[in-house]
Formats: sequence, C-alpha cells, structure tokens
Amino acid sequence: MSSGAEITSQEYIKHHLTNLSADSQGLCSANSLNPCDGFWTLHLDTLGWSVFLGLVFITLFRSVAKKASTGVPGRLQCAVEMVVEFVDDSVKSTFHGKNPVIAPLALTIFVWVLLMNAMDWVPVDLIPRIFELFGVNYMKAVPTTDPNMTFALALGVFVLILYYSIKIKGIGGFIKELTTQPFGHWSLYPINFILEMVTLLARPLSLALRLFGNMYAGELIFLLIATIGVFQLPVHFLWAAFHLLIIPLQAFIFMMLTILYLSLAHEDH
Amino acid sequence: MNLNMTLIGELIAFIVFVIFCMKYVWPPIIGAIEARQALIADGLAASDRAAKDLELAQEKATAQLKEAKAQAASILEAAKKREVQIIEEAAVKAHAEKDKILASGHAEIDTERNQAKEELRQQVAVLAIAGAEKILERSIDAAVHSDILDKLVAEL
Repeated sequence: MSSGAEITSQEYIKHHLTNLSADSQGLCSANSLNPCDGFWTLHLDTLGWSVFLGLVFITLFRSVAKKASTGVPGRLQCAVEMVVEFVDDSVKSTFHGKNPVIAPLALTIFVWVLLMNAMDWVPVDLIPRIFELFGVNYMKAVPTTDPNMTFALALGVFVLILYYSIKIKGIGGFIKELTTQPFGHWSLYPINFILEMVTLLARPLSLALRLFGNMYAGELIFLLIATIGVFQLPVHFLWAAFHLLIIPLQAFIFMMLTILYLSLAHEDH
Repeated sequence: MNLNMTLIGELIAFIVFVIFCMKYVWPPIIGAIEARQALIADGLAASDRAAKDLELAQEKATAQLKEAKAQAASILEAAKKREVQIIEEAAVKAHAEKDKILASGHAEIDTERNQAKEELRQQVAVLAIAGAEKILERSIDAAVHSDILDKLVAEL
C-alpha cells in the first residue's frame, strides 16, 4: 500500500495507473490547476522508461556487435546471438523476399517490447516508492501498459505496411488489391473497398490493443493483488510466474505479426 | 485511453532505435553468425575429407606392409638358396684343394724320397769306396774290420 494509511484500494489502484505527465505548463496532477487532458501532454514515465530500456537494448547489442567475431563466442555474445538467430529464423520462416529492414525491425520490436513488458515483474510499489522519495508522485514503470507506447509501435509498423505495399505493388496495384477482392464483380468494388480497409486498419489497431490490453490487465491484477494484505505474497508469486509466459509471448506475437503483415505487404497478386 | 504527444515521442524513439539497430547492430552480428556457420561447415567438410584420407592412407599402409612382408620372405628364401649354394661350392672347392694339396704333398714326398735315395746311394758308394780304401790300406783284421763294418752299418 502507498504511503498514506487512509487511502482506499480504489485510490491506490488509480494512483498507480496514473502516468507522470507534463505539458507546456509544467508537471500535471489530478487535483491541481493543471490536469493535463490536452493532446500536448507527455507521459514522462512512459517516455523515460521506454527510452531507457531501448538504450539498454541498443548498448547491450551494440557492445556485442562491435566485438562480434567468428571465433569462439563468449557468454554474452552467445546469448545475444541466440536472440538474433531466433529472430532471424522467425523472419526467414515467414518472409521470403529480400528486405534489409524487416529483420532488424523485428529484433528491435522483440527485445524492446520484451524489456518493457519485463518491467511488469518489478514489484508494483518498488519503483513508485523510490521515486516518491525524490518527490515524484506518479510513476508507471511498465511502458507497454500505456496505449501511447503500443500505438506508437503499431503506427510505425502500419506506415511500413503502407510504404511497402505501395513500393512493391505501385499505387494502382495497391488500390486494385483493396477493391477487386474478395468479390470479382465491378459493382461490388465499393463493398470490397470497405472490407479491405477494415482488414487493413484492423492490423495496427489489433497489434496495439492486444499488447496494451494484455499488459494493462496484467498490471491491474498485480495492483489488485497488492491490496489483499498478507496473502498477496503467494498470489503475487503465482501471477508473476504466469507472466513468465505472458511477457515473452506478447513480445513474440507482436514481432511475428509485424513480420507477417510486412510479408503480406510484399505479396503481389 | 489517453492518447497524446507521448505517441509521437515514442514513434520517434522507435524509428531511431530501428534505424540504429539496422545500421550498427544487425549487420555485424548476423555477419559474424553467418561467417562462423561457413567456418564450421568448412571445418566439418575438412574433417570428413581428413577421415577419408586417413582411411586411404591406412589401406595403402596395409598394402605396403603386405608387399614388404612378401618381399622380405622372398629375400629370405633367396638368401637360403644362396647359402646352400655357397656351402656346396665351398665344399667342392675345398675338396679340390684337398686333392691338390694331397697330390702335391705326395709328389713332394716322392721327390724327397728319390732325392734321399739318390743321396744315400751316393753316400753308400762313397762309404763303400772309403771302406774299401781303408780295407786296402790296412791288413784285413776281422776285429779291426768288424768295427769298420759296424761303422759302415751305423752310417747306413
């Protein structure tokens, strides 16, 4: 439970699910003059943690890449190479063309999302408490529980889907793909277009919402468990153990679907 | 759901990370992995080849050993034959030598005997003459003569 002894579980959960935000007028807080509900608000915790974890990924992998040799690899190099080979195999099993972007993109998504999801394992009160000592009132440490994070990833992937669809098939080919199927008759082209647009737009939306929904729900249940008193310890352990499955699985699904969507964008009918 | 500027910020971070990964992380690592795979494949092929070479070499060695053994046996046989031959030859030679030596010995003995006989004969003649001279010088005395005769006999 958080500092004050008097707060209810509802307040506790709400507090833990509030981002540390700021806009042009400074830090925001729920009950003060600056509630920050406009578009020009930044979630400092989401940004900070995600960039920090991204830098962890980049520096770790870069340090191995710099020393990468064909000789006998060290332990760190082995571990990193295992991840790289795993991603490479996943890409090769789904995407058969030649594209210098997809594999590094998949690696970045997989490791970054994995690291961000892994913040879920940190006890829910640990990081907020530490920041409270420095006078920071809100701290949501799992970036993937913020829809901004997951939508940013999905939007990036969506832009690439559009880019490669148009690059490979041409604008005409892309429009043709959107209108001439599944029904072949010209009078049904508008219906085709609506159906295909739904399919196309559902891709980034489902990507973002799946990851967000899973991680947000997981986090919410961690918070609920934290309110039940002494019994939280075994229950928390069970839920964290269950996340051994959820956390890598969500990262893997996000990566696999990205590869799949991009490989569909490369397919010319 | 609270979408705001954070999305743009994260999008920028995402793009930067992907580009960095694409430029500086992915190529060296996958390059090293593929180079090592090629190296291992080469190594395996080389070891296969070496095993085959070894098998061939062993076969060759066995064949050579067999040949050498056969050669040694034939040399041994030839040597034995030669030995027998040499012994036979030596025996024949020795026999001939022996005959020759015997013959020459006999001949030498014969000549020496003849020579001795000749000398003896001459000496007997000389002695006979000398005896006769002595007999003629003195009166014939049996006792005196006998010692001369004895001397003669002893000298013979």
